[in-house]
Amino acid sequence: MKKTLASLLILAILLTSSVAFIGCKSDTETLNVYNWGVYISDGKYGSEYDTIAEFEKYYKATYGKTIKVNYTTYDSNEDMYAKIKSGASDYDVIFPSDYMAARMIEEGLVAKLDFNNIPNFANIGDDFKSLYYDEKNEYTVPYTYGVLGIIYNANVVSPEVVEEKGWSIFWDEAYANKILMINNPRDAFGLAMYDLGIDVNTTDPAEWKRALEHLKAGKPLIQAYVMDEIFNKMESGEAAISTYYAGDYFTMLENADSSVDLRFYQPPVTNVFADVMCVTSKSRNKELAEIFIDFMLQRDAAVANAETLYYGTPNELVKNDKDYIDYLGDDAKILYPDGFDFKSQINKYGYRNLDNDTLDLISSLWEEMKIDSDTGNSTIYIVCGVIAAVAAATAVIVIVRKKKKNKSYDD
Amino acid sequence: MNKKGLFGKLAAAPHILWAVLFIVGPLIFVLYYAFTDRSGAFTLKNLTSAFSAQYLSVFIRSVVYSLIATLLCLVIAYPVAYSIAQASPKTQKILIMLIMLPMWMNFLIRVYSLMSIIGNAGIINSMLKSMGLPELSMINTPGAVIFGMVYSYLPYMVLPIYTVMSKMDTRLIEAARDLGCNSGQVLSKVILPLSVSGIVSGVTMVFVPSISTFYISQKLGGGNFDLIGDTIERQFLLSNNYNFGAAISLELMILILFCMTFMNRFSDGNESGGMIV
Repeated sequence: MKKTLASLLILAILLTSSVAFIGCKSDTETLNVYNWGVYISDGKYGSEYDTIAEFEKYYKATYGKTIKVNYTTYDSNEDMYAKIKSGASDYDVIFPSDYMAARMIEEGLVAKLDFNNIPNFANIGDDFKSLYYDEKNEYTVPYTYGVLGIIYNANVVSPEVVEEKGWSIFWDEAYANKILMINNPRDAFGLAMYDLGIDVNTTDPAEWKRALEHLKAGKPLIQAYVMDEIFNKMESGEAAISTYYAGDYFTMLENADSSVDLRFYQPPVTNVFADVMCVTSKSRNKELAEIFIDFMLQRDAAVANAETLYYGTPNELVKNDKDYIDYLGDDAKILYPDGFDFKSQINKYGYRNLDNDTLDLISSLWEEMKIDSDTGNSTIYIVCGVIAAVAAATAVIVIVRKKKKNKSYDD
Repeated sequence: MNKKGLFGKLAAAPHILWAVLFIVGPLIFVLYYAFTDRSGAFTLKNLTSAFSAQYLSVFIRSVVYSLIATLLCLVIAYPVAYSIAQASPKTQKILIMLIMLPMWMNFLIRVYSLMSIIGNAGIINSMLKSMGLPELSMINTPGAVIFGMVYSYLPYMVLPIYTVMSKMDTRLIEAARDLGCNSGQVLSKVILPLSVSGIVSGVTMVFVPSISTFYISQKLGGGNFDLIGDTIERQFLLSNNYNFGAAISLELMILILFCMTFMNRFSDGNESGGMIV
């Protein structure tokens, strides 16, 4: 039996590893694009422009060669990083966020770009060049950017109050049980740290602990800790105050109940992010990848993507495009507020990549925050006692009965 | 005879492969992670740190909530199963189908839709509001979580009890009546003992998923208090602390095993019809 089991185990290992090999077949005519889910105009939603199909057409027309774009998606920077780092699969173009781009550049996972192949880089606004993650503009081309803000129901909270209080509104007892908090340590801690005026990228444990105490203090006011349920709860008017990115605010606005008046406020101190396009250092089609990036900066593709994603675009050509301005209408005021200085904002307040010790500290503090709860504890102990008593009583009855039964059989 | 043995072995081979790959394999991983630290060295710290006061209170909360849910399920399901079993065979089929009907829809969707039914701005509250009654705050409370458990797992309690009851020999009930039992005695002396195996497997099938749930508590409890499933989920998905997550899982498994052994004591001496453990 032991032998059978061992051979079966070996067989199983062989089977699983052979599955892993199948994906590695290379084809020089294929471009592997690895992007966030729902992060490109594919003709199904928003704009009718199918970016990937258009690129394949464009390449055929310009270079006379047929290529195939293999487009796959991921849900988080960390997922994408793990895949690239493991080296198991070959991707050419990836779309990391700023802090992840910094990490990947540092670890040599992305290649220096040949900007001769990317002439449309000239379309990128100066505000989005030479940022902390790529100071010399060698590795990255910005794709979109976004701002974290306060989303609130103006029928419950007046805009004046939100603008006056800023982040501290999450600690305002007047709105107890109407506040949603992001169920994600980095964003929740970030919020507390912006409110306390702490640098969100500090490595000082004492500062993180101070933020933890602040979060704990606000915990009784929180209605729920949410990720994507935030849409449902804000749209229906279930909750009145929450925080999310501007692009998501528009989605909520579109689906909101008629009794709910959703507004977006961008506090002066807040997180901004940029998602950038990079070519992996293992790419076998670097030039093709660069042509793809260049294509993404061209007018048609860039406008279609900006309209579909509804995030801010770093592309000046798009920003001044009449179609795009008409498409946005009044929303432009929220996406592109006056006097917004992306560069100083991201350099000062954006989340950066933290060292492992700090990351571990954050997760253990978050654990402490989440586990700390006395909801229903007193009733729990009472119910616990009652149940234990009932269980004990039934057990005794059953045992006594059995004994009686046995006795009567014996007699 | 020998050939038949070989055939039997061959027929079992896929199952053994399956069991090794998907049951024994993952369990070995859980054990490995539970007894090692991040660098892979042996440690007992994961197992002991799960016994700190905070985690203990999470454990107790989970046990209590799932016990309450199981008890409620039993109280609701028993009469339902009994009355279904009493109906004519044709009605029985229809009623059982109705019990199973919600299970045709995905569990996650059902719980998610509960959010908009019992929510503050949900269907129930907007109905109360339109009738001029005061609104209730139901969601994000322990009660909502327990309600979610009962709602989700009730069919798992009804079905095994019904199965046992529908197979019950009605002549025994008649005999008990003939011999002078009143209906209370018929229930406690004949029907209840005969349906113990159904109750035991029903309790198992409700208690085990209830105690390890994280989706229900996150959606209906609002993430303000942890059940043990939430804690475990967070170790794997957020904190990347597989070792501690595995240690809590291991302890949860031991707890469940302990509870099941205790449960099975009740059905000792009965034919073990629909038992699971």
